[in-house]
Amino acid sequence: MNPLADQFLVLCLLLNFAVLGTSRLAFSVRAVALQGVLLGILPALIHPFSWHLAFIVVSIILVKGAVIPILIIRAIRQAEIQREFVPFIGYIPSLVLGALFTSLAFIFAAKLPLAPEHEGLLFVPASIATVMCGFLILMGRRKAISQVIGYLLMENGIFIFGLLLADAMPVMVEAGALLDLLVGIFVMGIVINHISREFSTLDTSRLSTLREE
Amino acid sequence: MMWAIVLLPLLGALIAWLIPDNRRRSFVLPVFGLLHLALTVTLLAETPPPSPAGWIYLDPLGKLSLLSTSILFTICAAYAVGYLNYRRLRPNRTLCMALLVCLSAMTLVTISQHLGLLWIALEATTLTMAPLVYFNHNARSIEATWKYLLICSVGIAIALLGLFFLAYSTIVAQQEVTLLLGSLIEDAPRLHEGWRHAAFIFLLVGFGSKMGLAPLHTWKPDAYGEAPGLVGALLAGGLVNCALLALLRVYQIAIASTEGALFQEVLLGMGLLSMAFAAVFMARQSDFKRMLAYSSVEHVGIIAVALGLGKAALFGALLHMINNALTKGVLFLSCGNIHRAYNSKSTQFVRGALRRTPWSGALFLAAFLAITGSPPFGPFVSEFLIVSSAFVQGNYWSGGLFLLFLAMIFIGMASTVLPVVLGKIPKDIQKSPYRDTVHTVLPPLLLMGVILILGLWIPAPLHALLTEAAGMLGGGQ
Repeated sequence: MNPLADQFLVLCLLLNFAVLGTSRLAFSVRAVALQGVLLGILPALIHPFSWHLAFIVVSIILVKGAVIPILIIRAIRQAEIQREFVPFIGYIPSLVLGALFTSLAFIFAAKLPLAPEHEGLLFVPASIATVMCGFLILMGRRKAISQVIGYLLMENGIFIFGLLLADAMPVMVEAGALLDLLVGIFVMGIVINHISREFSTLDTSRLSTLREE
Repeated sequence: MMWAIVLLPLLGALIAWLIPDNRRRSFVLPVFGLLHLALTVTLLAETPPPSPAGWIYLDPLGKLSLLSTSILFTICAAYAVGYLNYRRLRPNRTLCMALLVCLSAMTLVTISQHLGLLWIALEATTLTMAPLVYFNHNARSIEATWKYLLICSVGIAIALLGLFFLAYSTIVAQQEVTLLLGSLIEDAPRLHEGWRHAAFIFLLVGFGSKMGLAPLHTWKPDAYGEAPGLVGALLAGGLVNCALLALLRVYQIAIASTEGALFQEVLLGMGLLSMAFAAVFMARQSDFKRMLAYSSVEHVGIIAVALGLGKAALFGALLHMINNALTKGVLFLSCGNIHRAYNSKSTQFVRGALRRTPWSGALFLAAFLAITGSPPFGPFVSEFLIVSSAFVQGNYWSGGLFLLFLAMIFIGMASTVLPVVLGKIPKDIQKSPYRDTVHTVLPPLLLMGVILILGLWIPAPLHALLTEAAGMLGGGQ
């Protein structure tokens, strides 16, 4: 239907791999932010113009492309760390698993029918693959900031799916969900700050005093 | 009128922010708690019609949830004055504000009929609870906060994906796309099967992790163990009920569709698994606050089992929702007092609470008896209703396992609680300034009275409300 939209989605999928394959935190944040901006532009490509749409586009780009990355980059500076050193799941295995999840997402999506107006678009597989990659980062990395990046990637994946519903969702719900995400990242940023002060590290595997013996 | 009850606590949060003095600020909590309770009772007696777009309406399920949340909050707020008096050195502006904002979000959960709005409110409760869990500002509490925040955020994000799937299933089925509960229930049988199925799974995982159903409960012991007592009470009574209400909304849609039986079976399985987990981990627990977290896992399990059984058990499930919330309130508040009196929550040091803090010790003991289902307290009635319904339906396996787990949990919990309350006070024990006072004892005592009354006699209006609400879930008395 709209080849440009599909190209954007392919770009999003590639950005997942960029995040999976790097140890540099600032780079991952920028990749996720770029993905957020792409997602912000997407609704403008597939839906006819309306003020509701314009509001969504602007707020997504602003929140996902600017405010959230700034919050996280600041947390990275304060904690004085640049890299994820020894992840639970290495970079090569992460990439392989990411590829596996992406293909599984395509198989899963093929089983579910789309509404006629969305026929042939990549929204569903792109969404599920991005959610899975976010999960992979959440589980596979040690640093608290990496886990936040994983969470953001997951949110982006959910957002891709939400785009299919963009003209059906009331503005208030979209705005509320975005606000919740923003506040969530803000709170996580504060907690990260406290973790690095308390433990002098952001390695969440050190957070083990409460483990059941 | 409906919006007033959501905005009222926000006004309270604003006032709490403006008051500069720690001591005076804590009085904002009971004042707004009582106002909220008064407004709740008025709304229950005279429910306004649904809002024009149908987003806001207080239906019987919402009423039950709102009532228990409001009672619990008011009690916790009254307790907070006494508690914060003991923690005078710690700034409490964030605590007071977060508590009131959380109350507002919980209220919004109970009155929203639009699943998107409900999701936003539920996520807001998750976020406002984070600073509360972190109140003690030490290494252990930050660890608990991080785990809580991450697992619950991810869980609730999965629930959002589930909601999107549900909305999309209406598009695929060529219905008008909506997330309004009423229309979804109406359209349920016509929704596209594959998408609906995926939606139910995602919603169950998402709301289940927020409720703490096994195996998604891993954040609970840490968060409950490290949060102050009154926050623990609100987590176990308020937040759990909100997540449960969200699950009940999904349940309403599921039973209206063709997939009700499958959904019930999954709930039954998860409920029994939760009880089994609780039974295993409850034994040999040396931290009595963490033990309460496993008790919470047990009770969401009990409710899930009842929902899985359906029919007459539904009445029991809803009654248990109230009983569990109130009893958890007494448990956490009295256990917070004991923690304060000994400066420890390890059973190694905490012994003989009945002598050191007679009132809190007695309340802890009474609440332990209540929560494990001993007569004459409220939970006995609801658990009895559930288990008898299992046997009446001929579901002997579930009923038998249910009773077995209850017995195991009683023994496991008794082996922790009895030494704490009745044992001999250790000699080399730290001195602490805490003594039982009216402020910290009266609120849980009042709550205990309510639980006792609920065990002996269910007031007619409440009975009518429960029957009506159970009817919404497809169950008759």
